Amino acid sequence: MRADRILLAHGSGGTLMKELIDDVFVQEFEEDALKRLDDAASLPFPGSRVAMSTDSYVVHPVFFPGGDIGRLAICGTVNDVATSGATPLYISVGFVLEEGFPIADLRRILESMRDACREAGVHIVTGDTKVVEKGHGDGIFINTAGVGVLAEGVDLSGSNVRPGDKVLLSGTLGDHGIAIISTREGLEFSTSIETDAAPLNRLIANVLAAAPDARCFRDPTRGGLASTLNEIAEASGVSITVEETSVPVKDQVRGASEMLGYDVFQVANEGKMVAIVPAKQAEAALAAMKTSPYGEAAAIIGEAAESAPGKVYVHTSFGATRIMDMLVGEQLPRIC
Amino acid sequence: MCLAIPARVVTIEEGRMASVDIMGVTRKVSLDLTPEATEGDFVLVHAGFALQIVDEQYANETLEILRSIPDFAEDEGIALEGA
Amino acid sequence: MDLSGFRDPVIARGLIEAIDTTAAKLGRPVKIMEVCGTHTVAIAKNGLRAVMPENVTLLSGPGCPVCVTANEDIDIAIELARQPGVIVTSFGDMMKVPGSYSSLAKEKADGRDVRIVYSPLDALALAEREPDRQVVFVAVGFETTVPLIAAAILRAQAAGIENFSIFSAHKTVPKALAALADDPDVQIDAFILPGHVSTIIGSEPYRFLAEQFGTPGVITGFEPVDVLQGVYMLLKQLEEGRAEIEIGYHRGVMPEGNPTAKALVEQVFEPIDADWRGIGVIPGTGLGIRPEFDHYNAIKRIPVSPPPPKEIKGCQCGEVLRGITLPFQCKLFGKGCTPEHPIGPCMVSSEGSCAAYYRFTDYGRS
Repeated sequence: MRADRILLAHGSGGTLMKELIDDVFVQEFEEDALKRLDDAASLPFPGSRVAMSTDSYVVHPVFFPGGDIGRLAICGTVNDVATSGATPLYISVGFVLEEGFPIADLRRILESMRDACREAGVHIVTGDTKVVEKGHGDGIFINTAGVGVLAEGVDLSGSNVRPGDKVLLSGTLGDHGIAIISTREGLEFSTSIETDAAPLNRLIANVLAAAPDARCFRDPTRGGLASTLNEIAEASGVSITVEETSVPVKDQVRGASEMLGYDVFQVANEGKMVAIVPAKQAEAALAAMKTSPYGEAAAIIGEAAESAPGKVYVHTSFGATRIMDMLVGEQLPRIC
Repeated sequence: MCLAIPARVVTIEEGRMASVDIMGVTRKVSLDLTPEATEGDFVLVHAGFALQIVDEQYANETLEILRSIPDFAEDEGIALEGA
Repeated sequence: MDLSGFRDPVIARGLIEAIDTTAAKLGRPVKIMEVCGTHTVAIAKNGLRAVMPENVTLLSGPGCPVCVTANEDIDIAIELARQPGVIVTSFGDMMKVPGSYSSLAKEKADGRDVRIVYSPLDALALAEREPDRQVVFVAVGFETTVPLIAAAILRAQAAGIENFSIFSAHKTVPKALAALADDPDVQIDAFILPGHVSTIIGSEPYRFLAEQFGTPGVITGFEPVDVLQGVYMLLKQLEEGRAEIEIGYHRGVMPEGNPTAKALVEQVFEPIDADWRGIGVIPGTGLGIRPEFDHYNAIKRIPVSPPPPKEIKGCQCGEVLRGITLPFQCKLFGKGCTPEHPIGPCMVSSEGSCAAYYRFTDYGRS
């Protein structure tokens, strides 16, 4: 592979594309299934129920404190599949590369994806790549789809929550969003906060084993905890109240949020999980979360109730109750 | 229009700037409005500028007075729950 | 410095009890108005209305500088963004506010170069990095923010930066308070005065409220305990028949304000008339860049003529801003005007009264 940048020709299906696939993608991913270079991967499947999810990743900048778009792309889809209670197995990857994108950056991203796959125990089995003209692409876009096997009897859903259920959060809120915003031009500030992007399939499996009647899992990505809880409250027809003092937030995340006028409940997370379980299994679920390296700061943060279906409340540190509102559009830094 | 938060001045930089710390996050702010600020001072930061030095003595005095409000109310013959 | 006491629920409870006692002694209904968007949000976010006694109503006034920016000014900012070679920079607050025809966010979506910055110094730094472009900063805000803009202009001048200019839509608070106190439709018993505006201007400029109108005012901070303290001090004044301007926010406000900041403002700006959206022109409440700084005045450097401004039909922001109508009393609130599809600025701005009600209370939801 002699080129150091992506050229339009790399997307045209000819020998340059073959070079890109062989010398970059297949080489970096180190997957047997990919080496065969068939159009479709035929794979053993240990069960009869499939869970499948897909997501596209367009984050900018592609490299940010603690991670990159590649790690996000694998962890995000692994987590989405895992929230259904399935064991994630196989990932497909689709790339849209902008003409001029440095191959060295591409390799870094692919290595990141490979490492995330190894950590999660999943395999990239098929992929695709296209190249668009300079100015039409923002560097790199990645789509990943994942499939996993769902055991019999597992039925997790945001519409399963009942009054009295407890809401658990696997760790500190807002890390990813603040890490990203700290790099944005015009808003720079110094922080040691890094993205929390992480594969949480093992954490989920542990919690499910300890709390078999868990109602649902969901990762509070875009829109943060507020979006996740509002969606679940509406789907289940319950209200959810969060105890502000029990929500773990790092000091620096709090500081940055206050400086920019952000609501930390609306800031994105990439390596956190919300789990809602029956009250009787809450302590066991919490203990299981804490056994995972990504769940050390886990906490029970709230409860579902019958009244005011669809609403999410915060019981503030100061002792009053207010609504936890969902994000409308983008969260913008403010001075007022 | 009033979002300003207390931050600790860590180092004075050249060009009437300072590096401040907000719960572990650091940023450079201008001291154009508070040229007298020195390391260790707490300042109110608004849109990249220090507006004023936060007076620690006043802060403590205010809190002390506020903490004693239930006593005032008691003097007026009102019983407070959990006081 | 440990300021956590200003969020302490125990101290808060003591203040709430004291507020209850004093309000009971007062006996009559009182209307207290705050005139700072940050207070609007602090009150809503901390659920403070719910702990007020029956006879105390907390109203939000025209304290959101974004909400009161005239349509025409937003139209000018948009026209500037449409000029070739111009980068318009703005605080995040202004992006989604609708002008007569468009908003900065919509212009950005249409491909104009509009960028959000946290500080006017970021805009200045951008001008240095992009010498071939004209960087315009849309300066909105009350006295808290004005000194920063003055300082940025002086820095630009000292550094010889030629491609940086300010579009000033600044407004000042005290004369607007006079207009409110003078307005027969508006009947306010006491004012919660803005904390950080007062950090700059001190307590003197509000004296007329007490002396001319007999209306008490307390300069108040933004933590929940600060706000409760402000309400308590106001009720005490009313109960004792006093009308004074007091500083509750001692740690952040000196009676003389910040003389350095005031001098910077005086050097760069002069008072002009200003058009408050929903209210009308209030003489002497605007700030124009002095002629000796024409060079840094965006509308002098890049003259634009936007199409004539037009108002939105049915929007009751004007009445809401004056405390005459409560947000949920507006006919459009929640029905046609929501944060997702806002019609007026009170709903769009993150600290507009309507947005605060809608976001943090049950009023807006069916």
